[in-house]
Amino acid sequence: MRHTIMATAFSLIAAAAAADTPVLSIYSYDSFVAEWGPGPQIEQAFEETCGCDVQFTGAGDGAALLARVRLEGTNSDADVVLGLDTNLMDAAMQSGLFAPHNVTVPELTLPVEWESETFLPYDWGYFAFVHNTDMQDVPGSFAELAESEARIVIQDPRSSTPGLGLLMWVEAAHGDEAGAIWSGLADNIVTVTPGWSEAYDLFLEGEADMVLSYTTSPAYHLIAEEDDSKAAAAFEEGHYLQIEVAGMLAGSDQPDLARAFLDFMLTERFQSIIPTTNWMYPAALPVDALPDGFDTLIMPERALLFDPATAAALRDDAVNTWLTALSR
Amino acid sequence: MADRAQPLTFQQGLGGCVAAGVALVLLGPLAAVALRAEEAARLTGADWAAIRFTVLQALLSAALSVGLAIPVARALARRVFPGRRLLVTLMGAPFILPVIVAVFGLLAVFGRNGWFSQALDLVGLPPIEIYGLHGVVLAHVFFNLPLAVRLFLQSWLAIPTERVRLASSLGFTARDIRRHFELPMLRATAPGAFLVIFLICTSSFAVALILGGGPRATTIELAIYQAFRFDFDLGRAAMLGAVQVGICAVAALLVLRFAIPRALGGSLDREPMQWEAFAGRGRFADGLIILLAALFLVLPLLALVGRGVDAMAGLPPSVWYAALRSLVLATASAALALALALPMAALMARRTRTGLELIGALSIAISPLVIGTGAFLILNPIANPVALALPITGLVNALMSLPFLLRALLPAIQQAEASQGRLADALGLKGVDRLRHAILPRIWPSLGFGAGLSAALSMGDLGVIALFSSPAQGTLPLEMYRLMGSYRTDDAQGAALLLLALSLALFWVFDRGGRLRATA
Repeated sequence: MRHTIMATAFSLIAAAAAADTPVLSIYSYDSFVAEWGPGPQIEQAFEETCGCDVQFTGAGDGAALLARVRLEGTNSDADVVLGLDTNLMDAAMQSGLFAPHNVTVPELTLPVEWESETFLPYDWGYFAFVHNTDMQDVPGSFAELAESEARIVIQDPRSSTPGLGLLMWVEAAHGDEAGAIWSGLADNIVTVTPGWSEAYDLFLEGEADMVLSYTTSPAYHLIAEEDDSKAAAAFEEGHYLQIEVAGMLAGSDQPDLARAFLDFMLTERFQSIIPTTNWMYPAALPVDALPDGFDTLIMPERALLFDPATAAALRDDAVNTWLTALSR
Repeated sequence: MADRAQPLTFQQGLGGCVAAGVALVLLGPLAAVALRAEEAARLTGADWAAIRFTVLQALLSAALSVGLAIPVARALARRVFPGRRLLVTLMGAPFILPVIVAVFGLLAVFGRNGWFSQALDLVGLPPIEIYGLHGVVLAHVFFNLPLAVRLFLQSWLAIPTERVRLASSLGFTARDIRRHFELPMLRATAPGAFLVIFLICTSSFAVALILGGGPRATTIELAIYQAFRFDFDLGRAAMLGAVQVGICAVAALLVLRFAIPRALGGSLDREPMQWEAFAGRGRFADGLIILLAALFLVLPLLALVGRGVDAMAGLPPSVWYAALRSLVLATASAALALALALPMAALMARRTRTGLELIGALSIAISPLVIGTGAFLILNPIANPVALALPITGLVNALMSLPFLLRALLPAIQQAEASQGRLADALGLKGVDRLRHAILPRIWPSLGFGAGLSAALSMGDLGVIALFSSPAQGTLPLEMYRLMGSYRTDDAQGAALLLLALSLALFWVFDRGGRLRATA
């Protein structure tokens, strides 16, 4: 305890000594700010040019991040919030806490058009069911999955962003039939976990044949572990997108720095850090600049995505459909 | 013991103040969340379903944990064998593990791909299905059986030796001894043990969801999670938090009606009860019970060792720093918990007050998410919560372990008061002097056990740090979750093993220290 007090005291003194260096405070999710995540490299890269001190703060996952910002309201220390997705964007807009970015957007490499004037995308990925390559009869659609004997593990949409993404995927692909799809899937679902990491671990432990993750997940195993035994199943109805975004807060005391960071976010320097630290597709980097191994991933022919307002409007009904189908 | 005629002493006043402070720190955040809510909340049908499921699984889990713990503790109390002490320590481990680690240990044994299913496969049987209500109860028994066994074992060994000897020489049969000594002891210990385990299980979230197999296993804690993060409905979160407090209050009132205070009188500070001499027949049955309990509790730990041992040496430096930070935090938190628990337990030993019992149990019932968020709301206008993340985590961890510490200390203090209280009164010993000369020398083992439990729980608990932390101040459990969240499963398993080893070591050092101090 004393150690902590001393450390706090020293950091206060250090902060006072460096008072003329402006601080850019960025809130993000935990795995982004971790030692092995993109955070440290990005901090270093931006500090080389900004003449500022970048400070990352982690807050659980994307949904926890938004809750945190809303709790702090206009008193927030944060200048930039990085790590929301399109399913959270509407609630973030409604909070009135974010300011327009006013950044000239370069050419993006998203599979869809980008329109928001408040949020900018920094990476994206397709949701997909990941399986071992030795799996027999890999299903090619939700209907095939429901008919198969495959055991899957998914995340709870009420506590997990991928979990909510899956609900949106089923809604986007099947609309009114979503309830029937979920009823069909009920006997395939081994269990539902609070977050992505528990589900992925259950799959790696052999508790399930498939897990809801991303089409880019096999790239981690291939590149970081030299293990080519994982693959993502291509579904014929197309795959739902997760686009991760950042925005600056209206209450920021460093608006120019925040804007400079959002500008930097879409440059090659930032974008090239993303693939092998966040294991997603960068939002503004040509395909040929991706690291080796990404070319082995499946590339869905149809990208599914609700705009933020539609996603927000659908959300509660989609969760109720899901609950009803799985509680039987 | 309920000596109301005496005026309040300084020591009792202190106990009251501490209890009031604890209640304030626990309920203040709940009030802060409620006040911040923009509109009044109503509980939905889904919330009521969550409340029903929560209470049902907690009742089953607590009943089964306590029911199974009695024969196990009895067998352990009656038999002396080499390695018994080590086995008792190891069997305590599941209780102090972070839940997610314990779940993976359990799945390695009882999962679809676990050892049990693999063994069944060898003889041509299908794998066992662990997901469902039975899985939730199995996991909760796995976590809480160790606590119940320890509480009962302590009580068994605290039955005054000379009384049993006297009874035996007067011709008491084994049945008489059971009726006059063992049953009253169970009557005094079991309700408290049932209450804490019931309350632990009511705040379950990840375990219930993962092993429950889906949204049917939605608990109140998950509903609170949803209210905070999915709906940002602070009113509903506060309402559900209040429901948790209500369940705690009702459970505590009901249970305390059944509890009778221990009335065994004092002993003459002799060696702990040697039950071996009175155990008589049943050697084989006792051995079998101990073996089965040990297999159930220790096999999943072995699985965790197997999974993590390769990765442990190559863990990233941040994990080692986090381990150091966690050790300091756990020790500080245990010291604080002791400082809070001693005056409270001293007061509870002298006067039976339901309010005190309730405060003493409250911290396990209230959602850490509510406490953390409330603390954040209170602190944010006056200080930077991120800079205070570690002290707040230490404080909350201390409060979370308080109920267990009280359960461990209370019987020992009651016994010390029973044997030394009158002498101390006659000598006019009060306050600190009474504690130092009459009470402390007799409660060292319980103090060591309680401090060890508190430190180990703090070490393994993710706690409120997950709500507001900067990358540089992660604790070991938080680092482990971060590793899990970035595909680094092997490193996460290494970190989990490190956590298991450090938690057990902390517990062992305090527990052993207490016992050595007692015999010194």
